[in-house]
Parts: sequence; structure tokens; C-alpha cells
Amino acid sequence: MEALIKFFLLIPFVGFIISLMIPSKNETLISWTAFLTTGLQLFFSTVFVGYWLFNGHSTLDERDIELFRSLDYVFFIDLFFDKITAVYLLVGSFLTFIVAVYSRYYMHRENGYKRFFNTKLFFFLGYNLTILSGNLETLFVGWEMLGVSSFLLIAFYRDRYLPVKNAVKVFSIYRIGDIGLLLAMWISHHLFHENITFMKMANFELVSEHLSEHTMIGFALSLTILLSAVAKSAQFPFSSWLPRAMEGPTPSSAIFYGSLAVHIGVFLLLRTFVFWEHQYPVRILIASVGIVSALIAIGTARVQSSVKAQIAYFSIGQIGLIFIELALGFQNLALFHFATNALLRTYQLLVSPSVVSYLIREQFYNYSPHKHSLEYRYPSKIRNTLYLLCLQEWNLDSMMYKYLWNPIKFISRKLHFINFEKIIIFFVLVYSAGVFFLFNREMIPFRIPESSPTVFALIGLFMVLKAFSERKRVRMSWWLVVMNHFWIALTVAYNEKLQFSEIAMYLGGVIVSAIVGHLCIMRLKKIEKEVSLGQFNGYIKKHPKIAIIFLLACLGLTGFPITPTFIGEDLIFSHIHSNQIFLALFVSMSLIIDGLAIIRLYARLFLGPHVKSMYEMAYRSS
Amino acid sequence: MFNKHEVLHALKHYLPAQSPLKDFVHHNTLHAFQTDKFEDALRKAYYIFGYKVCLTLSEFRQMYEENRIPEIFLDKAIKSRKSEGEFADWKEKLLSKKYKNAFSPRIGILKSNWKRFYQIDLDAMVQPNLFRLLCSFLDQGIAIWDFPESEIPFLEAVKHLEKNSYTSIFKTKRAKKILLSGNHKIEDLLQIVVGDEKYFEQYLYDQQFAHQGWSGMVSNIEDNPVSMLSHRTISLEELIILELLLEIDALDSQYGENLWRPLALNIVVQPEELFAPVKGEELDEVLFIWQDAFEWSYYDQVLEAIIEEDTPHESIDKKSFQAMFCIDDRMCSLRRYVENLDSNCQTYGTPGFFGVEFFYQPENGKFYTKVCPAPVTPKYLIKEIGNTHKIGKEFITPMAPSRSIGSGFISQTLGITSAVKLFFNVFRPTMTPATATSFRHMDKNANLTIDFDPKNPEENGLQIGFKIEEMATRVENVLRSIGLVKNFAPIVYVIGHGASTVNNPHYAGYDCGACSGRAGSVNGRVFSAMANKPEVREILKSKGIDITDDTKFLGGLHDTTSDDIQFFDKKILSPESLEAHEENKRTFRKALDLNAKERSRRFDSIDSTESAKKIHKRIRRRSVSLFEPRPELNHATNALTIIGRRELSKKIFLDRRSFLNSYDYRVDDENGTYLANILNAATPVCGGINLEYYFSRVDNQKLGAGTKLPHNVMGLFGVANGIEGDLRPGLPSQMIEVHDPIRMLYIVEQFPEKILRVIERFPATYEWYKNEWVHLISVNPETKELQFFKDGVFVPYSPITKHVDKIKDVAKLVESHQENFPVYLIED
Repeated sequence: MEALIKFFLLIPFVGFIISLMIPSKNETLISWTAFLTTGLQLFFSTVFVGYWLFNGHSTLDERDIELFRSLDYVFFIDLFFDKITAVYLLVGSFLTFIVAVYSRYYMHRENGYKRFFNTKLFFFLGYNLTILSGNLETLFVGWEMLGVSSFLLIAFYRDRYLPVKNAVKVFSIYRIGDIGLLLAMWISHHLFHENITFMKMANFELVSEHLSEHTMIGFALSLTILLSAVAKSAQFPFSSWLPRAMEGPTPSSAIFYGSLAVHIGVFLLLRTFVFWEHQYPVRILIASVGIVSALIAIGTARVQSSVKAQIAYFSIGQIGLIFIELALGFQNLALFHFATNALLRTYQLLVSPSVVSYLIREQFYNYSPHKHSLEYRYPSKIRNTLYLLCLQEWNLDSMMYKYLWNPIKFISRKLHFINFEKIIIFFVLVYSAGVFFLFNREMIPFRIPESSPTVFALIGLFMVLKAFSERKRVRMSWWLVVMNHFWIALTVAYNEKLQFSEIAMYLGGVIVSAIVGHLCIMRLKKIEKEVSLGQFNGYIKKHPKIAIIFLLACLGLTGFPITPTFIGEDLIFSHIHSNQIFLALFVSMSLIIDGLAIIRLYARLFLGPHVKSMYEMAYRSS
Repeated sequence: MFNKHEVLHALKHYLPAQSPLKDFVHHNTLHAFQTDKFEDALRKAYYIFGYKVCLTLSEFRQMYEENRIPEIFLDKAIKSRKSEGEFADWKEKLLSKKYKNAFSPRIGILKSNWKRFYQIDLDAMVQPNLFRLLCSFLDQGIAIWDFPESEIPFLEAVKHLEKNSYTSIFKTKRAKKILLSGNHKIEDLLQIVVGDEKYFEQYLYDQQFAHQGWSGMVSNIEDNPVSMLSHRTISLEELIILELLLEIDALDSQYGENLWRPLALNIVVQPEELFAPVKGEELDEVLFIWQDAFEWSYYDQVLEAIIEEDTPHESIDKKSFQAMFCIDDRMCSLRRYVENLDSNCQTYGTPGFFGVEFFYQPENGKFYTKVCPAPVTPKYLIKEIGNTHKIGKEFITPMAPSRSIGSGFISQTLGITSAVKLFFNVFRPTMTPATATSFRHMDKNANLTIDFDPKNPEENGLQIGFKIEEMATRVENVLRSIGLVKNFAPIVYVIGHGASTVNNPHYAGYDCGACSGRAGSVNGRVFSAMANKPEVREILKSKGIDITDDTKFLGGLHDTTSDDIQFFDKKILSPESLEAHEENKRTFRKALDLNAKERSRRFDSIDSTESAKKIHKRIRRRSVSLFEPRPELNHATNALTIIGRRELSKKIFLDRRSFLNSYDYRVDDENGTYLANILNAATPVCGGINLEYYFSRVDNQKLGAGTKLPHNVMGLFGVANGIEGDLRPGLPSQMIEVHDPIRMLYIVEQFPEKILRVIERFPATYEWYKNEWVHLISVNPETKELQFFKDGVFVPYSPITKHVDKIKDVAKLVESHQENFPVYLIED
């Protein structure tokens, strides 16, 4: 029976690949592919779950492909199936299927019909990989796919300003979730000395044995998991991204932000429930996040005057309740709550355009001028204060700016004096010295200080900060990002003896992506002469091919599972010791910003309104 | 120098004039430029506001390649403007010269200096807050917890909120202080922000046109507060004041109070004045010539067909029935099918409110609904009594579960129900309470207070019902204007129209424009009841219109989306006429099937070669499908308004592109009173529809609403993309994508001198023709000689097209392809 699980990955994968190959004019074939893919998935998953339930519904685990092995490290894909998977699988296939049928007509004649279904099937693949994953590594792969497909669907209307801006914004929050997971993987590696499967994690004795020795580490692991879950499920303090993600066509908003994607954080908590259920401080924290989110989100929802924002905030509120249920230990209730919330919000979003005629009619027949909502029981000054706070979304959005992006911008502005030549010289000199001494440690007259890897990591971090804030020079920005990976490699090499294969694994993908990306930029520059990062350029309309190759290069460079770098990233982390918290923090920070800098680069170059305004252009504010 | 009132007045004029969604009525998008000639106006709109005003050069050239613009019309268009010597040169310019297309409009240049000199994105800092406050204040019922004190004027309400809370809408002190002090004249605020009076006006334009959707909506509500069911008092001035305050706040928070200099003090090179004369470039003229050629490629065929059309007048002896429809272009094909199926019937077209103007109040309705053309303010009220129809509750409206506190638990059960609903909605769409359907406008079994009752004469200043003389005047006017004054058939149908759509915020735009975006059912019923009254007929008889007792008027409603017709008050029919009615109903039903088939050719998801009955079923299903962004195509492809007797165009296949207004030149008086009534109504209404389609088509991003797929409903009065975007007035791309942007050609069957005398009497109407926003052709009713109206005079016109093809089988034709058809004559 275990062997059957992988079919639930195979179906979306095949569907996705086929959908890529159909010419974009052929709407019928594209929509049939989506219809069949999701339909088959729904059919087989229903049969499978039925059969599974009937046959004792035992937890299934299958260790699949081993992607990399070194002395004390194995990276393998592992699949897992239990009741949580079953519910997520059924709800996911049902909704994706319904939305596929819906979009078939709804998207008719829309520019990007094919792109929409491609992205949706890609999302579907990522979703299934995530929910079927049997270890954190596999989950991370699916998780990354969700992030990228999210970015692409929010920026679906890529020649308008706001969708692109919001797509980058959402991506950056997702990135925080990613780093939470990366750190979680790092910690769990040190805790269990292996890439532990969820199956093993469910083994109470094993877990409690490890935990009793390392309470703090166990606690840290739960915290990183919680961070990921909170970011991905738009809980406090990250809530404001969810309504802003509603930029794509309504069905994609429905399935992503109304239902499936936003519940992946809940999934992560459900999946790791057995791990943290005995850590009471964590449970209290989860409950608190849930309570705060629910209170803030429901209040905010009540004052929203646009339909989609209101649905988004109510959904966040419900997820807050789900968090509370989880913290209280009501796993099954939470699971059920997920299913109903996902179904309800999808439906509400899909019928949301009807709200005008429906509510106007309601109002026409039932209007009473002095009807007040229940808030009118509060004293007026408190009521007004709460109203204003809710209206401003409790400043969550501006707080993200203030505490997350502004410091980054501030530091990087301080790096303004650096120019490309200086950096290259610095890099070549210091880096080659670093490499030289790495292999000739005996030539160093003094003992290498413990902190030297941290210094390298810090240099790498500064480089990406610079890349992130660069306003003009595209190439410099690109190479700074690339160099960061080299610094990280050096860092780790100083930390522990690395095998060449490990370095190759990590930097191989980076180098290939770097060169491909460089060529794309050069080609673009040759045609368009002046290319600056000061504003969105929107070149995808004119150069769709360069754009797509560049996107692939970007993904490769961010450690997306198309090059071995994604294994390398995890591998590199496994070489950071459990006591090197700062090092881990710097490396993960630089990876966050690295991803941001790259996606910003892509967005600035290829998305947004076309810089030379040759086409029909929307207002910036629209 | 800076005169606030003048500037605001002019500014309001240029902003989009779209009403809240529930009152969506088509209008000329560039109405502010209408005092200029069409081409001058387009040039101004392009250079000042950056609107795209024509198709692109490559689109025109492609149509030329495909022979949709034949060479002969291109040549004609060039020759009409250029001398013999210039001809070859210009033809080369049109066909192959390369033009550079990059340019930036004048609007926004001044304000862009913030970014240039201060590296600050002021719009991004100010707009989200501003929009949120505006939307929450204006909201008509989406928010559950509504804006405190929304009954008082906008700025007062904001002030009240600011004063009575522990938090603030501002980040810094100065802006807050100014707001609370009440001392916030626009001039003073501009002095702080801009600093130089000579830029004040331009700055305001830049500022407001950075979010023209919101500004337009505010300006509209200011002028017409009743368009909101929950009244709101707001003015553009208040919006500007708040926006300036928010700008001061943003700048203060970025740089510190008094530490930044007003914008104007940094400006070295003075930006071009917004309304300085526009010179224009060669490309403009090239495009205008193309536009000309494009338009006449179509008009010319129609005109030749009118000459060749030879249906004899008054050839029907025994009429089976007569039917009055709206002039709407969607009736064009339905009337053709009805006439084809029953050669003894006659059809007429007149604006779909049938000359009876009133407010309508459905039973239990808390408000009055206007059901006549938008500019008219009626003095009458018709109430519905005895509505037995219950409207179901959509218990899963987007908000329903959240209206109660225990939402967490309710949502559990609702979730399961949603799954079921979702499934059925996708696989078996049916009518739900979420559907906006014209049949719900009035219960067909309910009564209407049509007769004036002295015991209960009025309500809120409106007279309830009509007095006999008032009825007679209205009936007479309509009958004379369409030329139906004798030989009445046993049954005269008066059929209004409406639409049924779901998931469509623009639903009002699909209903009858002559009824202010409502269904025309009540009007059809009211008119019939009036015309059936013996006392009314008495009066009419004395005026020479003799309607005998065996003639009955019967109201009806045609749903243009599902192609169904409902009839009202059948009980008044005698047994014999009931039998005849049943027969006629079969005719209608068949005609509707065929009409559905003809419409289906534009829909990809329906196979037009199937039987009409089958297709009609699919069309019905389409009208209630959540996932169908094109339930019907509304007025897309409209291009003509034909005003004359039916025989002028009866046998011409016009492909649903024409408004048809019946008019008999022989019935009209010396002054052309009826023609004047028709033109005064049809010119702005049909012209407005035409130009809104035109501009939404040529610049769907700035003048249209863009694709509707990502639209988010804001406060029930507008749509935006995402949650923090500007409102999007205009038509979504799904409504206009098949539309050919050509101006409307009015073809009037009347002597040119008389037409000229009529239109010259009404400056507002005359402006449309004189400034060429629409075209006008006179058809001599006796000789069929054509005269084209240009520069204030009629000049003879003879079509270049020498022959119009004939077709026998329309059904076969509509199966052939999706694109626009040429004009054909239909053979019997």
C-alpha cells in the first residue's frame, strides 16, 4: 500500500509537465489537462482513503529516493500517510478540482491562460508533496514550490504595479517561514543526529529521550517550526500579507489564500504535534498567537469594506481559532476545522462578485438607518480607538516595514560607498587568502580564532544586503548574491572539514545558475542599452524567453530544487555546530535576504509596467 | 490667481463620471471634451491625460491586411483630407512608415518631482490610508462594524474620529493639529506642500488623477447623494483636504516638521502647463485617417443595403399581432426572427421605458427606484402590491457567518454546505439567491398602483399613479412617435427587457439603459394598462387614434441573458385572444431559441451548429453560471442607430449591431416634435453607450476597468483590483473585447432640411453631431437619397459599395464563424 502513495505525486507531476508542453493558444487541451489531473487525483485519493480506512487506517511511511549520502548525512525523500494527510489530500484535491473546472470557463480568453494552469498545477504538485512528506527535507521541497507558485500567481497581472509589489511583499514573508524551516532542519539534525522522519518523531520514547537531554534544543526546534507556521498561515504578527495577496484572478485567490496555501502552517503544526505536545511553554505560545491573531483579525475583518479583504481576515481569525484548538490538544477538531474553513472561504471568494447585487437587494428591503453593530455597546472613545486600529490593521503592515525592512534598508544604505570594482578586488583578495589558508592551515602564524567562520558569514551577509539595496547596477547586484554563497561555503569549510563532493553539491548549482543569469542580464543590456533597478522595467512582455531563463537561474541560485544546491544548503547547515547560534543566524539571515534580493531583481527587471510605456498601461494605483 | 471654486469645478468635470455600481449607466467616457471636435478632443485627451484614444497603428494595418478595411476605403479616407499630390506620400505613411511610440503625458509630471528631489514615494505612503478611510466611510454594507458618525460630512466624521480616540490617523503632530483646528483651507495646505501659487492647479490635477477612480466616485456622490441607499455627504474638496493633510503627515514623518521645502521651491525647469495648447504629431493624423477608413468600411455597406432594401410598405392585411420592443441593439435580431416566423406581425422599437416615467417601489422595498432615463426626474410613483414571491436567503453570502459572534462554530457546518453548493454550482448551475435576475424586479402576479386615487394622492411629494389625461398624453406620445396610429392588431405586446447575471458587479449595465439600469417590466405593464383603459382610448379617439375594443395591450419582459419572455396580466385577454396569444407565444419561443443560437456564435463554450433548442438550454445555464464572466455580450459591436419605419431595414442582416427606433415621418408634425423627442433621447443614450464601449475598448487600462477576473468589490459601489487599488470605472475587458471601436452612425428616415431644423433647436443634442462624436445620415423617405451631415450641412452621399450580397439561410450563416459579418440582404 505504501508504494501507492507516490502516485499522488506522480499524477500532479505528469499533469504539470504535460501542461507545460501544450501551446498556449490551445485552451481546450490545457484545461483538459488540469481537469484530468485534478480529477484523477480526486478519484484515486477518494478510493485510496476509503480503502485505507477500511483496512485499519494504519500510518504509512515510505522511504523513497536517496538523493545524497555522505558519511553522517543522508538526504532522502520520504513519504508519509496518516489521517492528517488524508484530510488535506481530500480537501486539496476536491478544491483544486472544482477550481480547475471553474477556471476553465472563467479564465477563457485571458492573457496567460496557460500560465495560470501551469502555475496552478505546479502549486498542486507542491501542495501534495508537502502534505505527503515524511520528513522535514521533503516537506521543505514542497514548501518552496508553494512559495514560488504563490509569487507567480499574485504577480499574475505582471504588467501592473501593485500585484508585483505585493507579490514581492508576500514572498518576503514566506521567506521568513522558509528560514524557520531551514533552522528547524538544522536543529533537528543536531537533536536526532539524522534527518528524522515524522514516523520516528511520532515515537514518543525516542523523542522524549532526546528531549530530556536537550530541553533547550527541543524548545528551539519547536519555536522555529512555530515561526514557519505563523508566517505561512498569516498569524500575528504577519497577518497583513494575506489580504494583499488577493491580486490574482479570483479562483486563484480562492484556492491559495482562501483555502489551501494559508492552511499549510496549520498542517506543519499538526504534523509536528507529537513533537511539541509535551512542551507546555510552546503550547502556551501557540495558544497566545492564536488568541491574539483571532482577536485582531476578527476585529479587522469587521471593519473591512472590501469583500476580499474581509474574507481574508475572517479566514485568519478562524486559523487563529485552529491554533488555539491545537494548543489545547484537540487535533481532530483542528483538522475538521481546517476542512470546513477551507471549503467555506473558497466558496465565499468564488461568489464574492455577487455581493453587490445581493447586499444591495438586502439593503433595499431591510434597510434601517439606525442599526448598529454590537461594538456600539463599548464606550465611544474606546470604540473609536479600536475602530481606527482595526481600520489600520493594527499597523501590522507598517510594522513589517518598520522593524523588518527599514533596518535592512538602513544598513544597506550605509554600504553605499562600495562600488563594483572595490568589491571584486576585495572578494578576490580576501577570498583567495581564505581559500589558501584553508588548505594551508599550518602557514597561519596564530591559532585561527573560533569566530572566524562567523566573520566570513558576516561578510557574506553584507554582500547580500548591498545586493538587496542596489538601485542601479544589475550585474553587481547579481554577482553579490552569487558571492554570498561562496562566503557561506568558505565559512562552513573553516568550521568543519568538508568533502569536495559536498562543496561541489552546493556550489555547482550556484555557479551554473550564476553564469546563466549573467548571460541573461548581458543579453538584456545589449538589446535595451540602459537597464536600471530604480524602478520596475517590465521587460517580460518584450523578452519573454530571457525572462523565463532568468527566472530559472534565479530559482537555481535561491536553492530551489532544480539544482543540487537545495541539498547543498541543507548539507551546509548540518556542518554548523549546535552551539554556533550566531553563525546559524547569520547564515540563515543571509539566505533570507539572498532570496529577497534575487526575487527583487527578477521583479524589477521583468515585471511591472513596461518602463518605456509602449503598451497600453494601467495607472500605478490600479 | 488660484481660484478654488473654478479649479474644483473644472476638475470635477474631467474626472470619471460613473455612478455607484447599482446605478451603472453608460455615458461618454470623455464627456468633458465634448465641446471640442472629436479629433481635437482625442488629441487633447492623449497628450494631456495620456489616454489611448484609437486602436494602435499595427491593429489598423492588420485589419487592412485581412481586408477588413478594404483599400478603396483607405484611399477615400486619405483623399477626403489630402490633396492629389500628397496622396501617395500619405498612403505610404499609413501603410508602412515606422513611428516611435514612447511618450509621457503632461499629467503627473509636476507631482513626480517628489520622487525626483526627495526620493519619496508619496503616493504609496498616502493612498492606502486615504482609500481605506474613503471606502469605509462610503461603504454601503460590506463592513459589519461601520464608520462612526457616517451621517455627518466626511471631513467632520474623520475629525470626530480623530478627536475621540486614543490613536490617530496621522503619524505626526502638525497635520493632526491643522485638521482639528478646523483651519484647513485648500490654499493654505497647498502653500505648505507646493509653496507656489502658480502650481496649485496643476498639482491638484496631478494629485487627483493619480487615483481618478476614487476622485470620480467622490465627485459623483457629491453631486448625486441619492445614488447611495445609505446617504453620505462628501465632496471632492474634503477629499483633497484630507489628502493634502496626509501628504504633510507623510513628509513630516520622513523628514521632520519644517525640515523639508515645499515642492515648488526645488523646481528649476518649469513643467509644461497642463492645458496649454496641444500641437499634435503626424502619427495622430495617420491614426485618424485609419479610423475614418475603418468606420466607413462598415457604414458604406449598410447604406448601400438601405438603398437596395425593397420591402413594400403596408403590405400586411390581417395582422396577427404587433410588438413594441426597446430600441436596444440586442432586440435587433429577436425582432428579425419574430417577423420571419410570423409574416403577419409587426414590430416596433421605442426606448424601453415606453414613455412612462416614474419611481417604482416594490412591495416591502424601503426605497424608490427610478425607472426612466437617468436625466429625467419623475413626479410619479408606482407601487407594487401583493408580491407573493419570496426571495430566498443566500445563507452563505460572503459575510453571513461572521455576522454573529459564534462564527467559529457556525463556520463548521457552513463549510460542509459550501462544499455541496460549490459542487452543484460548478456542475449544475441553477438560479440562486445570488443571481441578479430581471424577473425579480416585479412579481408577475402582484398589482401595481397605476390609477391615481384621490383618497391616497401622494407620498413624499410624488403622485401615486397617473390621472387619465396624463395617461392619454403618454400613450399618445409613444404611439405617434413610433408611427403606430391605426390598424391595430388584436394584441399589442409591450416588451421591456432586463438581464440575469450572477457574479457580476456590473449587472446594472446589462439591464435597460432607458430605465436607469433596471428591468423594463413595470414600464411595459404600466403602459399596457394605460392603453387598455376605455377612458384613455376615448381621449385618444378624439385625437384621431382609434383603438377598438378588440385590441389589447399586453406587457412583457424579455430577459436578454437567458432569452426568455414573461407576459403579464394575461387575464385581461378574451378567450379568443388568449388562444391567439398562445399561438404567438409559440412564435416568440421559437424566435428566442433562434436568437439564442445567433448569440451563441460569439461564445466559445457553445457549439453553434447544434439545434437551436439545445443551444438555448446552454444559454440559460450560462446566465446562472458563477464561473461565466460573459453571461451575455451586452451592447458589444454596436455601431448604428436606425430611426425610421421598419421597412427601411427589415430585410437587412445587421448582425445585432443596430439600435432600432421606429419613426414614421408622415405621422410627425411640421416642427418634427416626435423626431426631436427621439433624437434628444437616442443621441445621448445610444451615443453614450457607443462611446463608452469605444473608449473602454481602445484603452481598457486607463478608460476601461481592465480584466474583471481579479476585481474586488469595494463598499458595494465600485470595483478595484486587489484590496488597496484605485476604483476602476469603465467597462471590463470581458465586455468589450469583441467590440469594434467605431462611432455610432445615426440613419434617419426624414428629409435633411427637417432633421437640421430639429437638431439645431437643441444645442446639447446638436453638439454631438456638429462635433462629430457621432455621425448622421438622412435617408430621403421618398427617394431614398442619402445625405451626410458634416460641418453643419447635409451633403449628398453615394455608397462606394455597389452590391450587397444576399443570403437565404441565416441559421447557416451564424454557424460559420465568430467574427463580425458583413451586411447582407435576406432573401425570402
